[in-house]
Amino acid sequence: MVNLSAMEKESQTMSFQPSYANQNSSPDKRIFDTRVNLCGLTLDNPVIPASGTFGYGQEFAKLYDINILGSISFKGTTPNERFGNPLPRIAECPQGMLNSVGLQNPGVEVVTARELPELAKIYSKPVIANISGFSIEDYVTCAKAMDKENQVGIIEVNISCPNVHNGGMAFGTSAREAAEVTEAVMSVTSKPVFMKLSPNVTDVAGIAKACEDAGAAGISLINTLLGMRIDINRRKPVLANKMGGFSGPAIFPVALRMVYQVSQAVDIPIIGMGGVSSADDVIEMMMAGATAVQIGAANLVNPYICKEIIEELPEKMKALGIQNINEIIGVIE
Amino acid sequence: MKEQILTISSIEKLQDDIFKTVLIGDCSEISAPGQFINIKLNGFFLRRPVSIADYTENSLTIIYKTVGKGTKYMSTLPVGKSLQVLMPLGNGFSLEKIEKALSHSLSDAAAPVLIGGGIGLPPIFSLAKGLMKRGITPVVIAGFNSKSDVILENEFKAIGISPIITTVDGTYGKKGLVTEPFSELLLKLHRAYVCTCGPEPMLKAIHQLAADGQFSFEARMACGFGACMGCSCKTKYGNKRICTDGPILEKEEIIW
Repeated sequence: MVNLSAMEKESQTMSFQPSYANQNSSPDKRIFDTRVNLCGLTLDNPVIPASGTFGYGQEFAKLYDINILGSISFKGTTPNERFGNPLPRIAECPQGMLNSVGLQNPGVEVVTARELPELAKIYSKPVIANISGFSIEDYVTCAKAMDKENQVGIIEVNISCPNVHNGGMAFGTSAREAAEVTEAVMSVTSKPVFMKLSPNVTDVAGIAKACEDAGAAGISLINTLLGMRIDINRRKPVLANKMGGFSGPAIFPVALRMVYQVSQAVDIPIIGMGGVSSADDVIEMMMAGATAVQIGAANLVNPYICKEIIEELPEKMKALGIQNINEIIGVIE
Repeated sequence: MKEQILTISSIEKLQDDIFKTVLIGDCSEISAPGQFINIKLNGFFLRRPVSIADYTENSLTIIYKTVGKGTKYMSTLPVGKSLQVLMPLGNGFSLEKIEKALSHSLSDAAAPVLIGGGIGLPPIFSLAKGLMKRGITPVVIAGFNSKSDVILENEFKAIGISPIITTVDGTYGKKGLVTEPFSELLLKLHRAYVCTCGPEPMLKAIHQLAADGQFSFEARMACGFGACMGCSCKTKYGNKRICTDGPILEKEEIIW
């Protein structure tokens, strides 16, 4: 199944121009085109830090010029300020971690008035606004505010949150509710809307299809897998919230499988994520059907990881005989 | 903050479960006692945050308790092994604020009181050294559970400070908690400026007694540099991250 939008096909036909990210690299790397197209937005490369693992970029901008990034999905925004869950919020796992941060953020007004202008000073490309909510109205409030921001190129809607009007069931666990959120957000913004799906479902492709049918421009997946750890000495859960989202390299095969399943089911672009930690992982995700790839937990243990992946991509492409990275998107039938 | 490659130059067992590791490499960015480092260990996903017990331009010392698999592994590493270390992290104690507090207070509070509890003592040692360099001799109170937890007594003596030592079980020093000698001190120095690091119940008890000071907190964290929001706390001045806005908070901003 072809899963490229018309826009992407167009970009595929473009000549092999040097990637902006690689202008300073050695000449033989220049012929490798890492640019991808997400709904008309051209990214210099497919590498995007995932929401909640990169704040608003400030901590990372002290370490390297973050303008090399394809884009940035900034910290999830809710209508009002949220402190989040009680501590401890972090638990270590083999090859990964649990978090129960609980969407701590200063609220949409502060994000647009303070954080986005500060982000604009250190990052000059369009960003991805990740929005969250506990009711349809919450999503609409955030989407309306983000729609006004020139900096925002894509709105990414986190539907892994519980719907307070429906007994706390996450929006993303029901195709009907996922479609409802999609429609509500679409009705208040002209920006491309990517629905970020929860992996804690039985039929992720069905939910993705419902979002596509409701008008979503793209799909982001996967969010974290629900997990739990117990401190056997204290006989208590490690996390104060008992359960939390599992991320890190351990979840990569699950994420890859879901990206593949969704790419078989929809014709809109996919941003793949879940345990991605290397240039090889990025290429694997793209082969499974992702047009762009987000890096999450890996940023927290190696703050240079996105930079390292971006620098390594042309070499990997060379080794694999890929001249234009668009060649590999969804090559697995 | 940046990633440095540091090499283990020595590992010494201080007590059954307490180790001292000296790392060499570029430590010139460390700007204050009370800062910490975050160490990558093979086979563990998250780094291990550890406070700095002592430092120079090209070396630093960490003292840690082997409470989990990561710290146990760390204590068995060979001398000469290189480690990836994110550092320096956190704000550290402000020596300027201590000096300012002393200059503003009455003569009866001429010495700051430093209180360390258990494995919270190492950054207090680093702070004491920093103060001595500025000509300020602090009073140091070090509290432990038992004789088998006592550390750094000789190191304090070597820099000219005789710490008041307490143990909960009375096996060494004065029997009881650090708050007992601190309360006695407060009878004479009732506006004492305190700097402290240790378990949270101890910090809370000191917070109730002290007029002013700096408190070093601990929290489980993923990144250590302000990105994950794993270690947030509420303060009088809004939400702060223990890792970057702390680990040291001012007495008056702390909300329990």
